[in-house]
Amino acid sequence: MHIFKNPHYDFVRWRWYAIAVSWVIIIAGLVFINTKGMPKGVEFEGGTTVIVKFQNPTHIDTVRTALETGVADGTNAIVQSYGAAGQNEVMMRLRTSGSESANSLTSTADQVVAALNKAGLGPIAGQCPNQTATNCVAGTEIVGPTVGADLTRRGTLATVFALAGILVYVALRFQLSFAVGAVVATLHDLLITLAFLAFFNYELSLNVIAAILTITGYSMNDTIVIFDRVRENMRSMRRDNLAHIVNTSVNQMLDRTLITGGTTMLSVIALYLFGGEVLKAFAFTMIVGIITGTYSSVFIAAAIVVIWQGFRKPKTAPAAVAPASTPARKSRRRAS
Amino acid sequence: MQNLRWKITLILVVLFVFFGLGIYPILADRYHLPAPEWLAAKQLKLGLDLKGGVQLTMRVNTDDALRLTTTNTSEQLRESLKNGNVPFTNIIVDSATAFHVEGVPGDRTAELRNAADEITSTNYDRNPGAGGRFDFTMKPTIARDLREQTVEQALQTIDRRVNALGVTEPTIARQKNDEILVQLPGVADVARAKEIMGSPSLLELKLVEAGPMSSKEDLLKPYNGQLPNDLEVLSGAAERGSPDAGTVYYLVKKVAAVSGQDLRTAREAPDENNQPAVHFSLKPEGARKFGKVTGDNIGRSLAIILDDRVQSAPRIDGRITDEGRISGGFTLQEANDLSLKLRSGALPASLTYLQEQVVGPTLGADSIRSGVIASGTGLILILLFMLWYYKLSGVNAVVALLFNLIILLGLMAYIGATMTLPGIAGFVLTMGVGVDSNVLIFERIKEELAAQRGVRASINAGFDRVFWTLFDTHIASLIAAGFLFQFGTGPIRGFATTLSIGLIVNLFTSIFVSHTIFDMEMAGRKVPALSI
Repeated sequence: MHIFKNPHYDFVRWRWYAIAVSWVIIIAGLVFINTKGMPKGVEFEGGTTVIVKFQNPTHIDTVRTALETGVADGTNAIVQSYGAAGQNEVMMRLRTSGSESANSLTSTADQVVAALNKAGLGPIAGQCPNQTATNCVAGTEIVGPTVGADLTRRGTLATVFALAGILVYVALRFQLSFAVGAVVATLHDLLITLAFLAFFNYELSLNVIAAILTITGYSMNDTIVIFDRVRENMRSMRRDNLAHIVNTSVNQMLDRTLITGGTTMLSVIALYLFGGEVLKAFAFTMIVGIITGTYSSVFIAAAIVVIWQGFRKPKTAPAAVAPASTPARKSRRRAS
Repeated sequence: MQNLRWKITLILVVLFVFFGLGIYPILADRYHLPAPEWLAAKQLKLGLDLKGGVQLTMRVNTDDALRLTTTNTSEQLRESLKNGNVPFTNIIVDSATAFHVEGVPGDRTAELRNAADEITSTNYDRNPGAGGRFDFTMKPTIARDLREQTVEQALQTIDRRVNALGVTEPTIARQKNDEILVQLPGVADVARAKEIMGSPSLLELKLVEAGPMSSKEDLLKPYNGQLPNDLEVLSGAAERGSPDAGTVYYLVKKVAAVSGQDLRTAREAPDENNQPAVHFSLKPEGARKFGKVTGDNIGRSLAIILDDRVQSAPRIDGRITDEGRISGGFTLQEANDLSLKLRSGALPASLTYLQEQVVGPTLGADSIRSGVIASGTGLILILLFMLWYYKLSGVNAVVALLFNLIILLGLMAYIGATMTLPGIAGFVLTMGVGVDSNVLIFERIKEELAAQRGVRASINAGFDRVFWTLFDTHIASLIAAGFLFQFGTGPIRGFATTLSIGLIVNLFTSIFVSHTIFDMEMAGRKVPALSI
């Protein structure tokens, strides 16, 4: 079974359009993040999250009103229903926490419970002692302002180091132009993913950072698979120019690229639909990452190699593109 | 043939071992099947986010310990100068690591230097200033060592207290510099946990000079309102039945007669009014000191002080050596907790809580449930796709994938890795990425078949050619996962671990296992055909 029968799309010719489209999305994302700001999770900037399990179905607007009147920063609270329907769980998230130095870290959380009780939504009786208890606090997460700051730095560092490590590895196994292509494509995927996270108002959390780093590795996979074929074809199609070889290789691998992306997508969609509240942002990040990762290995990574070689040897390898009608099949037979 | 039989045996043994290690203990636990104890103990460890519990990050305020040392040193110098009749106007502690002496006359500075050399030279740098002023600053290396010791000591104290609480499998780990991470699985009462870990619990017994009185001023009247250098004023709660309500004050000796370091043990036992109280006994050295103080001061009061607050100040009726009691209107749990804290020793410095996370029992169970549903759904979707797209060869991929997951779980249980909620995500992701290897191999085989090669040759060429591609992609992913592990804490590390093990196992299953299955299918067929 094949998805494409003998495809011979001229991907290299579309490279400038592809790069333009990517730049538009990336710049839109950066502008969006710069003006609206990227919402960051409690673990980054400090704050208080309280999840309360009520006995009766409780509308989140009622909870919101209770927080607005009863908690210092209550007007900025994020209130969401949490967990499976019928659990009556509500998550409240505030940007404030008690002070660390006065050892009153929990004061915002205490205020939240007091506000709910005052509004007659309780009585909330402390932490849930077991699974069946209701009208109790099912979970809290409180992060003081000093812990958060360096998570962003460490996350960025980990990403940079991972990219550098992969750059070196691919440069050793292939050649420098391939490594640059792979890393630029991956960087592209990270920026596009960040842009989409911002568009859809997802919070930057630890899980999202983990997903972003996973994309770094994953997006590289597709690219390496195509590069591997380019390397192989470079030996068997010595007389063809690079653009043609790249085009042929991408076309030969098209089925594979789509199927591998597709199977991973299936697992991540299962995670998005059934994995629960906490993993939703992780799964969303992965979904965007897989789509852009597949797109970039076809349109960006290989194109960068062609462009890079074009700059290095402008005379022998012009950016000119092989005729689109050249059947990819011609080169299918390997010399070996 | 021989070769094939050997391969199949190896695969079955690996599968059997990891099924036994990873899956069987879970099933045994769930359905009460028999399992030897060592195997049941190999249960896949669940992280705090799945099991429920409390996680706290705290900072040890090492300045406390440094300030104490600086204060003690400055007091020693004061004593020495007084004894040597060296005049000075004042000794002032400026910060946790610095103090200064003021107003030493120019012709007496040699004597000050002598006294200071003896007391401060090992730990402090001395700088002369104008007007007979001398500044003392703790040496950076000494300060660093002292901070280090303080954190280590705090870590050990917290460790003893948590263990005494009876929490199963707690984590008490030093993070960076002066931060300590504590995980208490299965604990829901965060307030009590914090109280037990964070209270300094410094026990001191000091002789009472005057008091209790209801105001500080009354205490100091005999001294014309000036607090003598060797005394201090401490507060405490009014004793039962006394006319004073609320807080009362005591004037006590600054130097403790006996302190927490002299304690041998402490336990809860009711006092003579049948109220919960804490009984303690002293080590021989402490008992000797205690015996001398009580023997010499019959008729006076001895204040029992906990963290600078007077719990009670009973009258000394006779010489007591090695036993004592702290009563102060405790509840039974308070008395139990206090004896636990006294047994595990005092904290050398106060703690500041930086982060606190409580995962209730419901949340953990919900996460496990949704994780299992997501894994199941992902698995079924992928299996259906592979069987539809690759027909019979899809079965091969399915078997390889199932092997991959079984070995992954078994290996995680065996090496004691922790499964977390993000770890579940890594598990689900492993399925998606795992079949990718099979897809690449199958597509290559199709390509070889299209080039009119024989089935056997196509299969072999498919595996051979794709091996290095898979090797490269897996290494790239492992590099990213490695840095993720480096960056992450707790749950994220769980994710990186699951992902990394999944990747490595995948190389084995997608290449070795899958190839062997193809070989099995082909074995003994004259004109092989492949359904792919």
